[in-house]
Formats: sequence, structure tokens, C-alpha cells
Amino acid sequence: MKTNRAERSPRANRAVRTPGGLSVRLDVRAFVVVLLLLAAALAASVVLIGTGDFPIPAGDVLKTLMGDGNAGQEFIVNELRLPRVLVGLLVGASLGLGGALFQAVSRNPLGSPDILGLGQGATAGALTVIVLFSGSAGEVTVGALVGGLGAGLAIYLLAWKQGVHGYRLVLVGIGVSAILTAVNGYLLTKSTITEAAQAVVWMTGSLSGRDWEQVWPLLWLCAVLVPLVLGNARALRMMEMGDDVSNALGVRVERTRALLMVAAVLLTATATAAAGPVSFVALTAPQLARRLTRSPGPNLLPSLCMGAALLVAADLLSQKVFGADQMPVGVVTGVLGGVYLLWLLVTERKAGRI
Amino acid sequence: MSAAAAGRTDRTLNNPRSTVNRLSAEDVTLAYDQRVIAEQLSVEIPDNSFTVIVGPNACGKSTLLRALSRMLKPSQGRVLLDGQVIQSMPAKKVARTLGLLPQSSIAPDGITVGDLVGRGRYPHQGLLRQWSTEDERVVQESMAQTGVAELADRYVDELSGGQRQRVWIAMALAQQTPLLLLDEPTTYLDIQHQIDVLDLCAELHEEQGRTLVAVLHDLNHAARYATHLIALKGGSVIAEGAPNDIVTAELVEEVFGLHCQVIDDPETGTPLVVPAARKARAVVREAS
Repeated sequence: MKTNRAERSPRANRAVRTPGGLSVRLDVRAFVVVLLLLAAALAASVVLIGTGDFPIPAGDVLKTLMGDGNAGQEFIVNELRLPRVLVGLLVGASLGLGGALFQAVSRNPLGSPDILGLGQGATAGALTVIVLFSGSAGEVTVGALVGGLGAGLAIYLLAWKQGVHGYRLVLVGIGVSAILTAVNGYLLTKSTITEAAQAVVWMTGSLSGRDWEQVWPLLWLCAVLVPLVLGNARALRMMEMGDDVSNALGVRVERTRALLMVAAVLLTATATAAAGPVSFVALTAPQLARRLTRSPGPNLLPSLCMGAALLVAADLLSQKVFGADQMPVGVVTGVLGGVYLLWLLVTERKAGRI
Repeated sequence: MSAAAAGRTDRTLNNPRSTVNRLSAEDVTLAYDQRVIAEQLSVEIPDNSFTVIVGPNACGKSTLLRALSRMLKPSQGRVLLDGQVIQSMPAKKVARTLGLLPQSSIAPDGITVGDLVGRGRYPHQGLLRQWSTEDERVVQESMAQTGVAELADRYVDELSGGQRQRVWIAMALAQQTPLLLLDEPTTYLDIQHQIDVLDLCAELHEEQGRTLVAVLHDLNHAARYATHLIALKGGSVIAEGAPNDIVTAELVEEVFGLHCQVIDDPETGTPLVVPAARKARAVVREAS
């Protein structure tokens, strides 16, 4: 194996080749970004596991995770805090990847699930279960999943069917999300004070009290969808250049788009069902990842890692600053994401694109 | 009028469709939703030709090109590529035979020239064959041919319109297809860059033996560069053949509704359409 560095070869076109004629494209900078983000996410996870009413030093956390900690630490780490952190990592990864898919297919950074009303859809589903049926936590999750998928379907039927057209999708999404916000407001006014409290915590997006029950469905879904999506990444890169060019290059545009959108809606809806509508991760992760890799293209893997790192870091920040389980992670990502969105809009305006 | 009609019959007789060409449309009906653009349209693209499709606005020339490049599925009839219905062929296989430069293309944000041209290699690549030395070589060659090699590391958004069009053509060349379809490749370019792009097309046709099909607006450019001209009006072929044989004042009048003279291009000897003066046209209008 040798790394090819032809002098005139543009940066993104470097490749690792075998003598047998196989070759894999390697964007060195993107690769390094992925490694660093993974390291950051894992480091934040270890610190996060050690944070709480019973602080555990990072060394002990690692030892316990390897299987030789003492019984007390083992219970706290493996039963209480590890599943919660895993949910955080998986939710962040799903939102980051889902957001990157949405943005790449709509060719618009605002074509994110947050703006399009998928979060509001999931909230409407969850509130319906909480307020009208006084459902259990498990039933709330199912309600949120159904609500999110329903919103995804509605947006598809209203805006997507005739082919995506940049701002049309965003405008339809804003319309859908306004209606759903109204529905959610109505449901809240109908609720008792305890239901309202439960609903509001859910609506902000929180990791507290998440355990293995939430980990497994997310893990399975990611295990199936992530390879599927990454396998279509090259086709998605071509689709950035418009339907005509990508068709001409031999991409089956309609099929790829439908497949990737179903995957994106599933990822987003499942993540939202598990942790509530954690705001702005899906919008910001792909944009931040792209600025780090400085690479055109959908940046799927960097976005995934960025989402995971962002969510765990936000959770860590909220725990360190406000104390254990005082501040839902959605508040922190909301503030960070909101500031970032404003910055994005200002710079895009300067670039003359909005 | 009658002279033109007689001429057409002759041409059909002289040009029997016995040889099988690689790309053809057979009795296609082309429609967007319910709006029918063309019915029962048949067109053959002669192999190794530089075919140019001309016609007034909304005559269906771009629609025909979209059908030939399988972007638009005919509601009736079929488009054949190498004897097979184009829609039934594997997408990548078609993409290795037939390239298309659409009218509007989107360059992704922050993409370099080299990377964009490299994307033309997609139909030759696979999951485990993502960037071979062959890909590398063809991309360099395509950039050299179109004169954008020294721009390889520049961002596409910083380039001028003429340079950008060359880059897109380089991308289509990197696809290495024997057939290349271009939808109004000279639109939005100033005259110097229009000629530049057309010269490049002629070069690709003459030196590499590629079959080119282009939609052009400018009849004089079409007459100068085409080896085979197809004149469309209202979704039907009014005339086809070598420009020297078919471009007459009558044909231009019939297809474009423009009163004109056709003289010999002093540079190339090809037909040159000179619209009649405004007053002369007014006289004709009164007379008819």
C-alpha cells in the first residue's frame, strides 16, 4: 500500500491504493477531524461518567469500564451513568448524521429537521400520549416516534414529492412546524400541572434517567442505518451538483434520495423519541464539521462524530455548571445552537446567499 | 415553400436510415405532466457527427435533448442507445457511454476545479475502486484539453463564466463517453468565450471522434460548427442534414418565421443567416 501524493493532485483526490487495483479515497484532513472528534467525544464521556453526586476519577471510570472496579463504582458506572452517556452519544450521532443528510439532499443548511418541524412532530406525539392518555415513559417514546415519522411523511407529501426545491422545503417545514407548535400549545393548556411539568422536561430534551432500555433500540438502528447511509455517501456527493448532473453521472437520484430521506427521518425521530427534541444539534453539527474539514461534500462521518461530541460536551457543560440533572441538555444545545445559527445567517448574508 | 418541401423529400431519399446509429429516438411523445411538447418525434444521431439542434424558443429542443439523455422518460415511444431502451439500462453503464452537460449546474460550495472534474469519474468507480491511477490520468488529461489544468487548485466559485463552463466540460470529458450531449453550452457567455467553447467542441469531435449533440440558439454558430443540423419547430423535425444542404432562406422563414437572406460565410463558406432589414420585413408582412 502506498499513499499517492501526485504533485498536481488536488487535496481531496488523494487515495490509498493496493497493488491489486483497489483504491480508497482518503481526505487526510477529514480523517484527522474524525479521529479528533471521536477522541473528544470519548474523553468527554469518561469525564461525564465520573461526574455527579458521587464523583469518580477518570482513571477509576476507565478501570471500571474495563471490568475491574469495585462493586459500588461498578453499579454507578455500568447501571446508572454509562447507559445515559451512551444514549447521549447515540442521540448526538443520529442527529448529526440525520441533519447532514437533510442538509445535503435539500442543498440548504436550513433544511434541517429542527426547522422542518420533525421535533415539533415528535413533541406533539409525546404530548398526546402524556396529556390525553396519561401514558408511561415507554408509551411516550412510542408516541414521539410516531409523531416524528408523521411529520416527516407530511413534509415529504407537501414539499418533497415533486423534487426538492431549496426554500420551498424550508417554507413548508416552517408551516408544518407552526401548526404543530399550535397543537402543542393547545395540548399543554389542556394538561394538569403534573402532566405539564413532565411534558416540559420532555420537550426541552434531556438525558436524565435514560438507561439501557433506550440504548438498545438506538444502537440497533444505528448499526443498520449508518453503514447503509455511508455506503451511499459517494452518490450523495454527486447529488450536490443537481439532479441533472448526478443523473448524467449514473446516480439513481430518485431512489438514493428516497432511501436517504427515510434513513434521515428514522434517525432523527428515534433520537428525538429517546431524548426529546434536543435542539439545533442536527442543524449545527454538519455545519461545524464542514468548517473543520474544509471539504465540500456532505461530510457524513465528521457530522456524525461532531453530533456525538457536541451533545456529550453540552451535557458535561450543563452538569459542571448547573449541577447534576439540574439543567436539561436541550437548553445548553439550544443556546449554543441559537448563537451559532445567528452567526451563520449573518455570514451567509455577507456572502450574498440569503 | 414548395422548393423547401421538395428539397426535404430529396434529402430523405438520399439519406435512407439503413445504418444503425448508436443513439436514436423512435416515435417518442414528450410531455411534462399533461403538457405535450412533441408527438411521434423520431430522430437519429449520426455516429461521429457534431449534431446541432436548432429551433425557436419552446420548440422542444432542450426537451428532446433531455429525452436523449434519459432525464425525461418519453410517455410513448422509446429512446435507444446501442440498440437497447435507454431507461432499461443500468444507470452507470449509460453514464459510461453518454455524457450530458445540462443547462444549469450547481457547483458545490468550496469545491476546487480538480475535485469537480474528478467527480466526472463517478461512473467508472466503485466502493473499492474510488480513485485509481487511471482516474488521476484522465482527470489531468481532461483539464489539459480544456485548458483549465493550471486552475486545478482554484475554487470554482472564483472563476469567470467562460472558465467555469470549461471546467464543467472538463468534468463531462472525464466521464470518457463516446457520446456527449450539451444543452446550450454557450448561453451567458460573451462572444469570445462562445467561440472558444464551440472550438473546443469541434476539436473534441474532430480529433477524438466523439459524437457530439448540442442545442444552440445561434443559427450562424450552428451552421458553422455542425456537421449535422436538426431544425425543430413545434415538436417536429422540419429539416435535417448538413448545414450547407438545408439552411436556406425558406427554411429559416418556415422554422423561425424570420425573413432573411442566406449568404456564404466569408470565413468558412457555411451558410450565414442575415435577417432582412426592418423595413423589408414590414413589406413582406403587408404582402402576406
